[in-house]
Amino acid sequence: MEALFFYLFGGLSLISAGFVVFLRRPVHNAMALILTFFCLAGLYLLLHAEFIAVIQVLVYAGAIMVLFLFVIMLLSLEREESLQDPRGRLRRWIGGFLAVLVFLFLAPVWTLQVLPVLKGTFPPERVHEVGNTIWVARLLFTDYLLPFEVASILLLAAIVGAVFFAMRRL
Amino acid sequence: MEVGVEQVGILEVHMISLSHYLILAAALFALGVLGVFLRRNAIVIFMCIELMLNAVNLTFIAVSRYLQDLGGQVFVFFVMTVAAAEVAVGLAIIVVVFRSRGTIRVDEIHTMKG
Repeated sequence: MEALFFYLFGGLSLISAGFVVFLRRPVHNAMALILTFFCLAGLYLLLHAEFIAVIQVLVYAGAIMVLFLFVIMLLSLEREESLQDPRGRLRRWIGGFLAVLVFLFLAPVWTLQVLPVLKGTFPPERVHEVGNTIWVARLLFTDYLLPFEVASILLLAAIVGAVFFAMRRL
Repeated sequence: MEVGVEQVGILEVHMISLSHYLILAAALFALGVLGVFLRRNAIVIFMCIELMLNAVNLTFIAVSRYLQDLGGQVFVFFVMTVAAAEVAVGLAIIVVVFRSRGTIRVDEIHTMKG
């Protein structure tokens, strides 16, 4: 059952990620990216990270992609880019080569070495007692309190920066 | 009884599927790299960067499950926060560039002069 859902969500996320890269219109890319994010949220559910799955849908598929679609429609990018443009042939070959290289570098590292099954500080029984979200919240407001506050300052700085760019007349 | 069923599921995740998740994340990351080189539209390049960030998030969650440590999930939370801030500022920059240059194709924007 778990394998079925893994292959469903994983395959769908790979296909839609391919659409993000290869479809020519930016709006279609954005829609495919939303589908990818939903599939990743499903994978997070399979991995019992319920809080992150919900945040993935709310923040990524919701807020961030709405922002992307807003900007795409605001700029009304009528000009489609052709993937057959002869100018960038070398760049595309380099890109393909690098992508294959990255995959070959990343994939075998984790498959060849069999890691031992570890007993961490948060075994599933302990997490399921009160739930994933409550544990994440406890960690966030105790051990990771300082990064949490720094993240809030970062968000404030981002808001100020975005407003500054929006108001500026260039 | 339920714990026993759950244990089987966890073992399945640990013995079989961790490497599956990592290969999937590697493939998504490679697709993101490919997109950054293939596409010339700044917004689409931005989307491919988001794709790479999500591949890394998937790795974090899978390994966090495997090591039975929730620190990975907290870290993904912070990655998402940074990604949201990055998108807000980055898209604002793209809008400003479009207003001043009339294009967001990255091979036509080759000067850094304001």
